[in-house]
Amino acid sequence: MKLKKYMTLGVEKFFWLCAILSLLALLLILGFLLKEGLPPLFSIGFKSFLLGQRWKPLEETFGIFPMIVATVTATAGAILLGGFIGLFTALFLAEVASPKAARLIRPLIQLLAGIPSVVFGFFGLVLIVPWIANRFGGPGNSLLATILILSVMILPTLASISETALRAVPQEYREGSLALGASPMETLFKVTLPAAKNGIIAAFVLGIGRAVGETMAVVLVCGNRPQIPQSLLDPIRPMTSTIAMEMSYSSGLHQEALFAIGVILLIFIVALNLSVNYILRGNKDL
Amino acid sequence: MKRKVTEIILRFLLWSCTLLTIAILFLILGYVFFQGLPHINLRFLTTSYAPGLGLEGVWSMIIGTLALMGLTLLVSVPAGIFAAIYLSEYAKPSRFLSLLRFSIECLAGIPSILYGLFGFTFFVVFLKLQFSLLSGALTLAIMILPLLIRTTEETLQSVPDSFREGSLALGANRLVTLFRIVLPSAIPGILTAVILSMGRIIGETAAVYYTAGTVPQVPLSTAESTRTLAVHLYFLAKEGLDQGQAFAAAAILILLIAALNLAAQGTANYFNRRLTGK
Repeated sequence: MKLKKYMTLGVEKFFWLCAILSLLALLLILGFLLKEGLPPLFSIGFKSFLLGQRWKPLEETFGIFPMIVATVTATAGAILLGGFIGLFTALFLAEVASPKAARLIRPLIQLLAGIPSVVFGFFGLVLIVPWIANRFGGPGNSLLATILILSVMILPTLASISETALRAVPQEYREGSLALGASPMETLFKVTLPAAKNGIIAAFVLGIGRAVGETMAVVLVCGNRPQIPQSLLDPIRPMTSTIAMEMSYSSGLHQEALFAIGVILLIFIVALNLSVNYILRGNKDL
Repeated sequence: MKRKVTEIILRFLLWSCTLLTIAILFLILGYVFFQGLPHINLRFLTTSYAPGLGLEGVWSMIIGTLALMGLTLLVSVPAGIFAAIYLSEYAKPSRFLSLLRFSIECLAGIPSILYGLFGFTFFVVFLKLQFSLLSGALTLAIMILPLLIRTTEETLQSVPDSFREGSLALGANRLVTLFRIVLPSAIPGILTAVILSMGRIIGETAAVYYTAGTVPQVPLSTAESTRTLAVHLYFLAKEGLDQGQAFAAAAILILLIAALNLAAQGTANYFNRRLTGK
C-alpha cells in the first residue's frame, strides 16, 4: 500500500519534471546565446555595433545598422501587405463566407502555413526574383522580393489567428448592431472588428516575430548586400541572413559577432512576446 | 447612396483578398508541381547523392529526414505529453505556473535560426556531440515542444470532467483515471499534435543545418551527420546547380506536408465525430 503511494507520488513528480523542461530549455538557450553573444557586444562596443554602417569581417569591422534597417523595412512592408490581405481573408472567413465555403478554404490556408520556408525561398528565387528583374530592372534580389515572400509567409498565421479572435466575439454584438439598423458591413467593421481588436493585434505582433526571425526564405531572395536600401529594388541583408550566410565559415571574433546579432534578435523576440502576453491579458479583462 | 458604394467596395475587397490568398497557394503548388513532378521517378528516389559519380538522387536525404524525425519524436513526444498532463491535470494557478506558460510561449516564438545557433554552441560544441543526428534531434525536440504541449493540453482539457468524476467515483485513483480514462479519450488529439510536429521537422532548415550538418549520407548511428531533404533543397537552390532536382525536392516536400495536413485533419474529424457521438 505504501509502495503504491510512493509510486503515485513519483509519477506526479515526473510529470512536473517534464513540465519544467520548457523553462530549463529556455534558460539554457538564453544562457548559451548570451554567453557567446554578450562579450563581443562589449568588446566591439554597443554603439559601433548597433550603429556602425560597415560590416567587414576581414577588417574586423562589425556594424549591423544596415542589417537592422533591412530587417525593419522588410518586416514593415510584409506586415502592411500580408497583414492587410490576411486580415481581410480572416474577416471573410469568419463573417461573410458560408460555413461550407469556410470549411473548404480553411485547410488551404493551413497548407499555405505548412509549406516549409525553404520552399518559399526557392519559389521566390525562381519566379519572383526574375519577374522583378524583368519588370522593374535591377538585380531582382531585393527588398521588394523579400517583402513579397515574407508577406505570403505571414499571411496564413495572421489570417487564422485573426479569424479565431473574430469568432470569439459574442453573437449578441452583431445582432444588436444589425437590430439598430446598421448594414452587415458596418456591423463587421464598426462592431465586430473593434471587439476583436486585442486578438488581432496579438496576431500582428506574432506575424512581426515571424517576419523578423525568418531566415531560409529570406536568404535566398534578399541579395545579401549589407547596405541601407535606397529603393525597393536594392539588395538587402537582414540580420538573420547574415547569421545563416556566414556561420558556416566564420571563426574567432567574426563568429562571436554573429552570436551578438543573435542576441539582438533574441532581445527583440522576447520583447515582442512580452507585449503579446500583455495584450492578451488585457483581452481577458474585457 | 454613398453608404451603398462603400458597402460594395468592402465586399469586393473581402472577396478579392480571400481569392488572392487561395490563388497564391495554387500558384506555388502549380508551379512547383509542374516543374518538379516530371523529375521524380524511382531512380531519383532510390539513388544516393554523389554528383561527382553521376549519382543525383535523394535516397540518403529521405532516410536522413526520417531518421531525424523519428529520433526527435522519440525524445519530444513523451516529454511533451507528460508536460501537458501536468499543466492540464495537476498544476494549480500560481506565479510559477504563469512563468512556465510564458516560457512555453517564448520557446514557440524563438526563430529557428536561433535554435540553430543554440544547438551549435550547446550540443555540437559544448557537449561535443559534433554535427550529428543526435545534435539535430535534441535541438528540434526543444523546438517542437511548445506545439506538442499546447495541442495536447487543449485536447486533455476538452475531455469532459464527467469522465474523470465517474472514474474517481467508482474508486479508481487519480493515476488510474488518467491512464485508463483521460489519455485514451485524448489519443486522436495527441496524434494530431504529433502529425503537426512531423510537418515542422520535415520543413525545418535553419536549425538542422547547424546541428545535424549537411553530409549527404545515410546515417548509420546517431553520432553521424546527415542532410535532410529541406537542407538539400537549400543547397540546390543556393548553388543554382540543377533546378530540375531542386524543383523535384520542393515537390516532394510539399507533397509530404500536404499528406500530413490531410492526416491531421482526418484524425481531428474522427475525434470530433466520436466526441459528439455521431
